[in-house]
Amino acid sequence: MRNEIAFYLVAAFTVAFAIAAMTLRDLVHCALCAAGAFAGLAMLYLQLDAEFVGFAQLLVYVGAIAVLILFAVLLTRGDEVRPGRAAPARSWWMGAGAAALVLAAIAAPILLSPSLEGGAPGAASAPVRRIGEELMTRYVLPLELVGVLLTGALLGAVVIAMREEPRTEDKAGGIPPRFTPTPGNPANPR
Amino acid sequence: MLGLGILKGFMETGRNFCGSYYDPERLTTVQYPEERLEPQANARTIPFLIYDGSDPIGGLRCTACTICEQECPAHCIEIVKDTAKKPDYLGKMQLHPKVFDIDTAVCMECGICAEVCPFDSIKMDQVFERAGSHRRLTLHKDDLSKSNEYYNKIHPAEAAAVDAARAEEQKKAQARKAAAAVPATP
Amino acid sequence: MKTLDQIFVLTQHWLTGLAPAALQPLVSMLLIIAALMAVFGTCFALTTILERKTLGRMQNRYGPNRVGPFGLLQPAADGIKMLTKEDIVPEAADKALHFLAPLALTAPVWLAFAVLPFGRNMSAIELDAGILFFFAIGSASELAVFMAGWSSQNKYSLLGAMRAIAQMISYEVPLVLASVPVLMAAGSLSLPEIVRAQSGYALGWIPRWNVLTPWGAAGFGVFLVAAAAESNRCPFDLPEGESELIAGFLTEYSGFKYALFFLGEYLGLFAVTGLGVTLFLGGWHAPASWLEWLPSWGWFGAKFSALIFLFIWMRATLPRLRLDQLLNFAWKFLVPLALIDLVAAAAWLKSGGWQFAWALETRWLLCATLLAPAYVCLGRHWRGGTPKPRRYHYAQ
Repeated sequence: MRNEIAFYLVAAFTVAFAIAAMTLRDLVHCALCAAGAFAGLAMLYLQLDAEFVGFAQLLVYVGAIAVLILFAVLLTRGDEVRPGRAAPARSWWMGAGAAALVLAAIAAPILLSPSLEGGAPGAASAPVRRIGEELMTRYVLPLELVGVLLTGALLGAVVIAMREEPRTEDKAGGIPPRFTPTPGNPANPR
Repeated sequence: MLGLGILKGFMETGRNFCGSYYDPERLTTVQYPEERLEPQANARTIPFLIYDGSDPIGGLRCTACTICEQECPAHCIEIVKDTAKKPDYLGKMQLHPKVFDIDTAVCMECGICAEVCPFDSIKMDQVFERAGSHRRLTLHKDDLSKSNEYYNKIHPAEAAAVDAARAEEQKKAQARKAAAAVPATP
Repeated sequence: MKTLDQIFVLTQHWLTGLAPAALQPLVSMLLIIAALMAVFGTCFALTTILERKTLGRMQNRYGPNRVGPFGLLQPAADGIKMLTKEDIVPEAADKALHFLAPLALTAPVWLAFAVLPFGRNMSAIELDAGILFFFAIGSASELAVFMAGWSSQNKYSLLGAMRAIAQMISYEVPLVLASVPVLMAAGSLSLPEIVRAQSGYALGWIPRWNVLTPWGAAGFGVFLVAAAAESNRCPFDLPEGESELIAGFLTEYSGFKYALFFLGEYLGLFAVTGLGVTLFLGGWHAPASWLEWLPSWGWFGAKFSALIFLFIWMRATLPRLRLDQLLNFAWKFLVPLALIDLVAAAAWLKSGGWQFAWALETRWLLCATLLAPAYVCLGRHWRGGTPKPRRYHYAQ
């Protein structure tokens, strides 16, 4: 019972933030609300005793992705978004269609899954040690692949940052001085 | 190698940290209200008026000539002349100020008044703790008047020169008086 | 001695026992929370005054010595001043975010203390994924700083916030990478487990602290630098650089909200310092077996204070970096070094089973040959080689 109340509270929190993220006018508010929704999702995971996934969700989504979204919002120009534009454009319908398709793609397997029949399963707990062991034995190849990919990405980022453009002054042999005092044109006519 | 300079910096601050505990010479701070630095001889703040003798008002050297009032770039001095005359140190009859006010809100402590005064009457003070709980920014004659001994204390060299010059003049004046008096007697 | 070691645990159990049975879990939790807030609140107050005094001494000054004996009541005076100041909110500010930002910064930081083991049996909650929890909580502060800077509607605040985010994101990578070898060595993400893995003595007298291994020493260095940057300490305090950004994201804050930011910053420093003690300095373990009679929380406190002193010392010594230097340092020096450190740690752990004579020395040599050249080369090249002599185009 207590668990259910907590679930409904957290779910309401998450949904409220998600709705706010879609409806608010100010893009920065939207991004912050999205971060709130991410945090709500993390709480849902934690409520299901999935510690590792919950903390990873906080770390990755709230800590990194939300900030990435914020950066994207700030680096793009937000002036074109005029408030009060309510007429449904054609892209809205396409968006709604895509959303419905995605929803169907997620909902169909869940509804068809055999785990829905029968009573609720007991509390599934996945301690971090178990996750680690599974990752190191059964899923070691995918893990290594992901690891190589991420390390490659990291090193690539460092290499890109390390590339030093030859400076213009080195090519041209120095920036010409701004003032060239000549006899006819004194730099400091007084 | 990266880090050596940083370590050197750490050594320096560490030496300061330890040193400041056993070597008081390192601490240059003067704990102001309890201890204070000796003021420099040519330090100056607002002007003051010098009196001779023991009477702070009657002994004022000021003759209300208003040169300082006219020369003051900020016009912070206000002088009203008294009508009665009194003999000065040379025995000449001179006017005296009835009112001598300095508006310290305006005074910029330039020292021109002290430069132009022909009677060595107005000089620059060294008091700097002038904050108070009142709003009186205009100083009157009795606030401004300070003894010649005080002047000797704060600007010893300058005051000694002034005193010597005045003594010289006084002597000359007495000699002249005596010379004038001798032919008069026969 | 056992009683003294466990005195806080026993007191907490005794006080919990006084409450009715139904309320006991709640009372137990509240007691821990109150104790943590009291201890680290006091710690905050003490650190502010001791930091100012230490900085003063390092610059051959006295530091604050007017309020109370030796100036020790200065934090109280500061607190009263902060509390009684007017709370100014700019006209153009985003009021809700402006109000929420200090709370969003300070509240998660308190949570981070929940997983730190302050002594034997003295951690508020023993999470399986304690360190993950710590980093997850720590990442929330970036958003709070951004909220503060953006909601102030002030260019300096926004600049400070952007700097803060760039810096925190960049330095989170080396911070986490530097702690990964420790997790490898301990084989666990749980902080009490990590401390347990550092118990005992090698050769009978060297404590098995992670910092006393080659990879641990390198990792500790990276961790310290990244921790200073994470908590916006000098020389990484660009987000609030008062000389260039007039206090950055703090510009439009006054009164108690400003104090909250200050509190959050110091608590973040304490949390990350506590993590450093736990990960690298053996947590609450004594440095020698004949010193083990001293209480474990005392040892934690001693190491903690020493690290805080080091941070203050760093602040007194090093000038502030420029932003490009800061980011270059993170990505071109700390991250590669942390990655190489990871390899070195793997080599060290893999060679742990060696039994022949000089095995320990060989392992040291192996790790050192991995780390030392990397350090020298990276240190020489993180700015793109030695700088050329400076040329002044307009000043000649």
